Amino acid sequence: MSTVVELDGVSRTFPGSPPVEAVKEASLVVEAGDYVAIFGPSGSGKSTLLHILGCLDTATTGSYRLLGQNVGDLSDGLRTSLRGSEVGFVFQAFHLLPYRTVLENVTTGLIYNRTPRRARRRLAIDALERVGLGHRLDFTPRQLSGGERQRVAIARAVAAQPSLLLCDEPTGNLDTRTTSSILDLFDDLLTDGLTLMVITHEQAISQRAERRVEMVDGMLSEERGR
Amino acid sequence: MTEPQVKPLEHRIVRSRFSFRDLVAEATSGMLARPGRTVLTVLGTVLGVAALVATLGLAKTAGNQIVTRFDALAATSVSVGNRSEGFFFGPSSRDTSVIPWDAEDRMMRLNGVVSAGTLTRVDTEGQLISSVPINDPMGQSEFAMEVLATSSGLFDAVVGQLSTGRYFDAGHSERGDPVAVLGPGAAARLNITRVDQQPAIFVGDTILVVIGIVDDVAREPSILDSVIIPDGTARRLFGTEAPAEVHILTELGAAQLIGEQAALALAPDETEQLRVSVPREPQAVRSGVESDVNTLFLVLGGVSLLVGAIGIANVTLVSVLERVGEIGLRRAVGAARRHIASQFLVESAAMGFVGGIMGASAGVLTIVAVSANKEWTPVLDLAVPLLAPIAGAVVGLVAGLYPSWRASTLEPVDALRGGT
Repeated sequence: MSTVVELDGVSRTFPGSPPVEAVKEASLVVEAGDYVAIFGPSGSGKSTLLHILGCLDTATTGSYRLLGQNVGDLSDGLRTSLRGSEVGFVFQAFHLLPYRTVLENVTTGLIYNRTPRRARRRLAIDALERVGLGHRLDFTPRQLSGGERQRVAIARAVAAQPSLLLCDEPTGNLDTRTTSSILDLFDDLLTDGLTLMVITHEQAISQRAERRVEMVDGMLSEERGR
Repeated sequence: MTEPQVKPLEHRIVRSRFSFRDLVAEATSGMLARPGRTVLTVLGTVLGVAALVATLGLAKTAGNQIVTRFDALAATSVSVGNRSEGFFFGPSSRDTSVIPWDAEDRMMRLNGVVSAGTLTRVDTEGQLISSVPINDPMGQSEFAMEVLATSSGLFDAVVGQLSTGRYFDAGHSERGDPVAVLGPGAAARLNITRVDQQPAIFVGDTILVVIGIVDDVAREPSILDSVIIPDGTARRLFGTEAPAEVHILTELGAAQLIGEQAALALAPDETEQLRVSVPREPQAVRSGVESDVNTLFLVLGGVSLLVGAIGIANVTLVSVLERVGEIGLRRAVGAARRHIASQFLVESAAMGFVGGIMGASAGVLTIVAVSANKEWTPVLDLAVPLLAPIAGAVVGLVAGLYPSWRASTLEPVDALRGGT
């Protein structure tokens, strides 16, 4: 089994007076196929950690390896390329393009990472079928419910077949029933061999994960012996 | 843990890429997704380009129109004078003129001449001109006036019209009859309004019978204030030695040709003594008119285009702020800064291009509408409507520079915090 994520003493400090240390000495190893939930209250540094994991931000100290690459050593352009091909994101706010169709939204995830033009449509439709939206290709996000929108976002994130899927409060805007259907979808994706990290402030969500890591005041602690 | 052997990073990471085709597709579908907004955005550019196209077209159309009218008159006019003296009524025509008295006949033999005639200032040695010599102590009855000698064909050559009476003919000239035709100005000063009773005027002691009064002439307006007598009469009574000028009315388009032939026909051995004046080439007149009209309106068009550019820049900037979430998302899925910048640049250039097309159409419609209204022939350089969209695209490109730079400098983390 190969290692996907390798955090070693990662800290992230935001300058200011006083400086804010959002992530403190975080160390974590995630193997391929893991389902990790990082849970904690608001303001505990979860989102900052996710940004570092997704190569959107870099650690102030410590080292982060994604698929063996030391992300801290990479230029901005290479980090961009790395996350474009290896990381999929699902955000609480969905971040769909409101005036484009569902299919176009999913294709957006394939434009920049050298997916051949001809393969994109097929990959996007496959991904949408996996999330159960194969019949909504030409809808716009405005015509969809919240749960459907998040499914589109998930389809966009997995269409490029990333090594790591990062979800930031994926069910934060959804009701209970929709939430459980999204979590069921995550289980399905895992059986396809995806590595999944979910960030949430809800205990209930984190219960579905194989590994639960609690984050409090920027520090990680994994629950053992479940 | 042992350090795993990894290849150099650059060789493992697949570099992000945004092909030109994808770029254009993304930029235009963003634009086409909201057509109403696109139209509003490009309105300024539409107006600017429309103003420019309409200006260029109307200037050309009007220029063409002016030339058409000008042609009918000025472009058919040729005149010949002596080089050695002032062109118009030089001081001493009798000394040097090489124009023969039969200039009119010589000209009429040229193909393309409609009418021709000589025009000479008669030296009256300062004699004053009066009508019937009554002694009116209260009013002035003697005037200093120009006396012109012409051949009978001159009147047609200057496109003259009589208000009453007749113009003299070749017979009057041959016999040297003491007759005169008055310009309207001269007639008014001499208080002569009708010729049926054969009023007489005096040039010094020389008596002349007035046989006609001129109403107007299209050329040589000096005729209007003069006393006009036949060539032969001038020779007999005043000793005029040679005609000073020849005026020729040609058929349309023949002016240049007649201009080349006239000197040779008049004085084959002394052509260098003659100065031939032909109208400017119509092309030269046309471009002259155009440049006059154009300058002002091109400035106006340029200003509206500038306003259009500011409009696009504004909306693009607003749309960058509005689409922060989209920018963050694109950065998250692997778009590099330059990909974001190029997308917004191409979007604004495409909007300018569309604005240019709409503006060119509106401009052409304006030209056609105005021309139809004025019953003109619409004339437009084909390059103008074809280049207009390119001009619009350049405007959009320039307008998009700053907003797209702003978009590319957004940090993805900050961009994702907002969003839809």
